Amino acid sequence: MRDITLGQFVAGNSIVHKLDPRTKITIMLLYIVMTFLVKRIYFFAIPLAFLIMGLLLSRISLKYIGRSLKPIRFLLVFMFLLNLIFTGGETVLLDLGFWKLTLEAILQSFFMTIRIVLLVAGASMLTLTTSPIALTDGIEKLLTPLKVFHFPAHELAMMMTIALRFIPTLMDESEKIRNAQMARGADFESGNIFRRVKSMIPILIPLFVSSFRKADELATAMESRCYHGGEGRTRMHQLRFTKADLFALLISLAFIAVLIVLLVLFK
Amino acid sequence: MSIVINHLTFAYTEGGKRLAPTLKDLTFTIEEGEFLGIIGHTGSGKSTFVQHLNGLLPSEKDTVLVDGHDLSEKAERRRARELVGMVFQYPEYQLFAESVAEDIAFGPKNMKLEEPEIDRRVRHAMELVGLDYERFSKRSPFELSGGERRRTAIAGVLSMEPKYLVLDEPMAGLDPKGRGNILALLEQIRRESGCTVIMISHSMDDIARHATKVLVLEKGEIAMLDTPQNVFSHADKLESLGLSVPNVTKICTEMNKRGISIPTTICTEAALLDWFKGVKHHA
Ligand SMILES: Nc1ncnc2c1ncn2[C@@H]1O[C@H](COP(=O)(O)OP(=O)(O)OP(=O)(O)O)[C@@H](O)[C@H]1O
Ligand SMILES: [Mg+2]
Repeated sequence: MRDITLGQFVAGNSIVHKLDPRTKITIMLLYIVMTFLVKRIYFFAIPLAFLIMGLLLSRISLKYIGRSLKPIRFLLVFMFLLNLIFTGGETVLLDLGFWKLTLEAILQSFFMTIRIVLLVAGASMLTLTTSPIALTDGIEKLLTPLKVFHFPAHELAMMMTIALRFIPTLMDESEKIRNAQMARGADFESGNIFRRVKSMIPILIPLFVSSFRKADELATAMESRCYHGGEGRTRMHQLRFTKADLFALLISLAFIAVLIVLLVLFK
Repeated sequence: MSIVINHLTFAYTEGGKRLAPTLKDLTFTIEEGEFLGIIGHTGSGKSTFVQHLNGLLPSEKDTVLVDGHDLSEKAERRRARELVGMVFQYPEYQLFAESVAEDIAFGPKNMKLEEPEIDRRVRHAMELVGLDYERFSKRSPFELSGGERRRTAIAGVLSMEPKYLVLDEPMAGLDPKGRGNILALLEQIRRESGCTVIMISHSMDDIARHATKVLVLEKGEIAMLDTPQNVFSHADKLESLGLSVPNVTKICTEMNKRGISIPTTICTEAALLDWFKGVKHHA
């Protein structure tokens, strides 16, 4: 249970780690745009090169990227097969009568798979190099202009911070409750799907009750320390936009520009 | 019959890696009818140890035997969970059912007992913990007071009528009266059903008064395993482990320092009183 690491931040001292979270979120969005602009498989070289550059600069081991892809491995295989089976095409490589394997289908399958892998790997780069606190700070700051339209930017960021903070606590707690019910003879491992879902009730109810209690206690604790929303609140860690940030943004824009030029040239 | 611990070593794993062992080569036997008190500095492995007694944490072949059931096997573990009742720290947080009676019946139901037997056990368990059946059985566990909820949770374990009852700091967060109630309850079930009790506690006074044997854990190893009298007479050693001695022992040590010779094996008020009476007789 403790092995599950959500928002798996790996502390570090690299240039990428030190970038302003706002910059990293923006770059992340640019990167997503990049992967969606790609229309032919070989153009993925551009976002891939961008990803590898980030990886080298951040000195994050490839192992962590692999770990973030692991949970979606079945999805990837499934997507691949689905595209392979249902994509039509002219260049028939193999004819089984009821189904034809075409070159286009193979290319399409790889195309979709690569796109997802690149997206997930990029997203995990962001969470690997940015602490959850910095991330929510960044999101809050980026969303602040929307306050004009009464968008609750601060509240949203605070909620995200609290949720992230409580994930490990809830994990621990569910483990404890599970143990306690198992000691009373509860069986979570056998029976059909309905029985198993039903057997979760003795875990879920205490977990909900305890979350509500914790939420209530936390609210009281925050209010008694004069928390009253984002208005007039100062920060311990000021976000600073540095030259490095500017440079990183310019590089990302350059990559997009190159990609667009290529797309236009090879239409 | 007894619980035999035979070269039990255990290490947690985190992120696929084995951490340094939390329990190191424990070997001893918990005899039937004993009241075993477990003490040790925080992090010494007390909770980890007791979770081996009903197979909640995995053990290797022949390392933990409950009445001869080897807990490394799944079927044996299920059997052992009926023999060994486990009350965790803050057990009230595991209440889930709509009514007190239903929650207490959860264990017996899992044991696949007949309806009348379940009912008998629920009533008996509630009586033991001092919850009036008429008043409490239909109420929701979530609208009870903290102490009542704690007693409901303990009743939920007692209703399985375990032969061995394990309690991890059962008095944490209770007022003196609540503590007294739980200790009296433990003595009562020991008297009535000869149940073996294994209790983790940070209160040396409670351990001295109730335990028949004390296990002192230190960094996952057995530092001492003896009668409370003998364990608490080693005040220096306990202090070096970050533990204290019962108040009565402190008084005896002080008296010795002031020239009144009094055995350091006296660790309860009752024993001290007896000693005083004995002295008077001699005088
Ligand atoms: N699930 C877990 N994963 C990894 N390490 C753990 C886990 N549970 C406990 N530990 C570690 O094992 C050691 C022993 O913990 P344990 O809970 O058994 O101590 P304890 O003697 O019960 O302490 P306390 O008096 O504070 O309850 C501690 O160092 C703890 O950090
Ligand atoms: Mg403990």
